[in-house]
Amino acid sequence: MNSTVIMFYCISAFILGTGILAVTTGKIFRSAIWLLFSMMGIAGLYFWMQMEFIAAVQIIVYVGGIVVLIIFSIFLTQKSGEEMPKPPLTKTIFSLLAAILGFIFSYLLIYQYGFNDGNAPFELKVSDIGLKMLDTGEHGFILPFEVISVLLLAALVGCIVIAMKVKSIEE
Amino acid sequence: MNEINITDILLVSTALFFVGVYGFFTRRNMITMLMSVELILNSVNINFVAFNKYLFPQNLDGVFFTIFIITIAAAEAAVAIAIIINMYRSHHSVDVEDATDLKY
Repeated sequence: MNSTVIMFYCISAFILGTGILAVTTGKIFRSAIWLLFSMMGIAGLYFWMQMEFIAAVQIIVYVGGIVVLIIFSIFLTQKSGEEMPKPPLTKTIFSLLAAILGFIFSYLLIYQYGFNDGNAPFELKVSDIGLKMLDTGEHGFILPFEVISVLLLAALVGCIVIAMKVKSIEE
Repeated sequence: MNEINITDILLVSTALFFVGVYGFFTRRNMITMLMSVELILNSVNINFVAFNKYLFPQNLDGVFFTIFIITIAAAEAAVAIAIIINMYRSHHSVDVEDATDLKY
């Protein structure tokens, strides 16, 4: 047990504990805050894997963007101090059963597969990501990059159109 | 247990995936269901990064998949929240049991 292993278990326990609290808490605002901590823990796991760029993107987009958006929508639509109604007991039991059985199935699959991970050194340079993102050659990612930019524009316009208040004709 | 290998990271991401699945099954509020979907997408991202680091360290494909998934998840969350706010305006509720206009 060296310090890297202990850090991995601490980060994993943090992610799973806050994730479970995020899906079981009764108050919706607390649920959003636990989700925020879970995202921070996942960013910590990326730092542990020495993927600093992905960790930074995770913090900027998820913690700074999506969770803040969710909190805004909670303030617009909910009474955030009230307890949400609890799900019926049979639904809780069967959902728990489905989740646990699925986890055991996936655990057995992963455990018996036997990945042969050679401990080759891996380093992630941000300049490599940039070069490969705009590469027009055989393994470049220029086409998905352009498609994603069109998708983001479409999502932007679509959000405005959906959430816009339509004026009625009589006015 | 002196070394963390890919199996341990995959177990963490699998557990996170099924936590999200449990939340998706039990919650009836649309915003909390959206939060469960975000947990599921994050567990998939962990998988891609771990495969890239431990199995194919000479490539960068997993990192690119992760970046694209994060981008699409951001767009998806924005559109979903616009739909939720629009539904709250017309139904005064964000419960999935009340969204039955297209049922029959």
